[in-house]
Amino acid sequence: MSEVLPPTKRSVEIDSHSINFGPQHPAAHGVLRLILELDGEIVERADPHIGLLHRGTEKLIEYKTYMQAVPYFDRLDYVSPMCEEHAFALAVEKLLGITVPDRGQWIRVLFAEITRVLNHLLNLTTYALDVGAITPALWGFEEREKLMEFHEAASGARLHANYFRPGGVAKDLPAGLTDKIAAWAEKFPKFLDDLEQLLTENRIWRQRTVDIGVFSAEQALAWGFSGPPLRASGVPWDLRRSQPYDKYAEVDFQVPVGRNGDCFDRYLVRLAETRESVKIVKQCLAKMQPGPIKVQDRKFSPPTRGEMKRSMEALIHHFKLYTEGYHVPAGETYTAVESPKGEFGVYLVADGTNKPYRCKIRSTGFAFLQAVDVMSKRHMLADVCAIIGSLDVVFGEIDR
Amino acid sequence: MAEQTAPVEVPPPAPTAAELFAAAVATLPGAIGTRWQHGELTVDATRQSIVPLCMALRDDPRFAFEQMMDLCGVDWPERAERFEVVYNLLSVSLNHRIRVVVTTDETTPVPSVLDVWPAATWWEREAWDLFGIIFSGQPDLRRILTDYGFEGHPLRKDFPLTGYVEVRYDEDRKMVVYEPVKLTQDFRSFDFLSPWEAMTTLPGDEKVFTDRAKS
Repeated sequence: MSEVLPPTKRSVEIDSHSINFGPQHPAAHGVLRLILELDGEIVERADPHIGLLHRGTEKLIEYKTYMQAVPYFDRLDYVSPMCEEHAFALAVEKLLGITVPDRGQWIRVLFAEITRVLNHLLNLTTYALDVGAITPALWGFEEREKLMEFHEAASGARLHANYFRPGGVAKDLPAGLTDKIAAWAEKFPKFLDDLEQLLTENRIWRQRTVDIGVFSAEQALAWGFSGPPLRASGVPWDLRRSQPYDKYAEVDFQVPVGRNGDCFDRYLVRLAETRESVKIVKQCLAKMQPGPIKVQDRKFSPPTRGEMKRSMEALIHHFKLYTEGYHVPAGETYTAVESPKGEFGVYLVADGTNKPYRCKIRSTGFAFLQAVDVMSKRHMLADVCAIIGSLDVVFGEIDR
Repeated sequence: MAEQTAPVEVPPPAPTAAELFAAAVATLPGAIGTRWQHGELTVDATRQSIVPLCMALRDDPRFAFEQMMDLCGVDWPERAERFEVVYNLLSVSLNHRIRVVVTTDETTPVPSVLDVWPAATWWEREAWDLFGIIFSGQPDLRRILTDYGFEGHPLRKDFPLTGYVEVRYDEDRKMVVYEPVKLTQDFRSFDFLSPWEAMTTLPGDEKVFTDRAKS
């Protein structure tokens, strides 16, 4: 290094280029356009372009009554629809000052956990698919099908449930459904064992995920993380535990926490969470008592069909609820739930009319995706797929 | 657990603690006022001091708001400063939340809290995109959710729900074209303010008003 190089003219070849990852890429979990600046195969900068699935949900909700706004929440994170509805229902209930009857709360917790299993099954298996393992996806989707049958039995729809309403749930569980869920809850842990056997000790899986996309607890907090990615970084934080809503205070479950904050830990945390969800499902089934499933105040929840055939009052209430809807007193609230992906919040501003004045949706994946740039810096191109998979992003909620 | 020395100062009961907390927040520089609503604390702050205020909220061990969970705009067109910028903060170590609200208009920038929480960037981009709120000190104030080349700020109250342009693929020109919105049916907006026993009380209807939220 000491000798002075003679001034020569030479051309330096810089192996740097940017590529377009997406918008249609199977490992992007939706319509993500990721502009990657590469140095060879090393990612220097990742610039996610989102909004390709923007449908203006927040604007649309401002023009809908509170009851009509609920289905929009299914279509945000279409992998965990009921948890999104849960946040909106809780926010509206808080502003209205109503409390859901016990059975309604238990049904909500039950289905929120079924939804969590559904979401984690999709994420874990497609995440494995992203890094090359096909079998988990094939197995996992079969299990998901069983759960979606429960969704269908309760709400009539497999995905876009529209089941959790402000004031309770839409209707009571059909006869025999709880037995089916109980039977499933007995068998399901066996499937998780199988899934774990396929992945946890799998050499390729570990090579692709261990020490990839490491995020420290400080980073995770600064970047607004929540849910499994935050817990994988070693922060024991779960809204179900720390700020319990509905009946979460009465169920017993563990909050799995990771240590390294890498892609592998995020997988482990989700897997452990799925097991905990099954535990919660069992407890819900055991503790659920017959009773009303929504508030009995007819100003907020519609009467039964049978009642409507006999009572003029009930008929009027039904008509008014489905045309005008209820008026929510002026006020604002930020209500968050622990959706399978993390903190899903609704900032609801009511102005005393029957429509929300403003409904800001705090989507979980928004924060995760923002951190992809930091997380994937100096990683190989193929690791970007693993990182995105491990963050569990769904564009329905990110783009809104 | 052996040493359970009785603390000299018994921690105050919950409502008092909440009041103390609110009082402590109110003394921060830039805080105009605090209010509790539905168990949530809101702080109104001045626009100029939002960054030091957020720094204090993050670094003061009494508050320890490590996380900014959400930043959003709210449009109130009838007000002098029409936009509210709402910061929803969360402390995972102390398990509490707070909401900081500042106001601004179309032209006055709000200092960016990017240096306090790096996560602010995308939310500020979103508030810029949807409301046209300007954030000073934010180097990356690009649009985020709307289309490339989009004009206007769709979440403003004066922006029509149907927008101004619609997009379709033109088979002849082999390209995506933008055209003014044509509605085959007029946009319907109903006036729902009726004298039915609802939350609103129309003039002359005070007798039937029952305060449902409190009952």
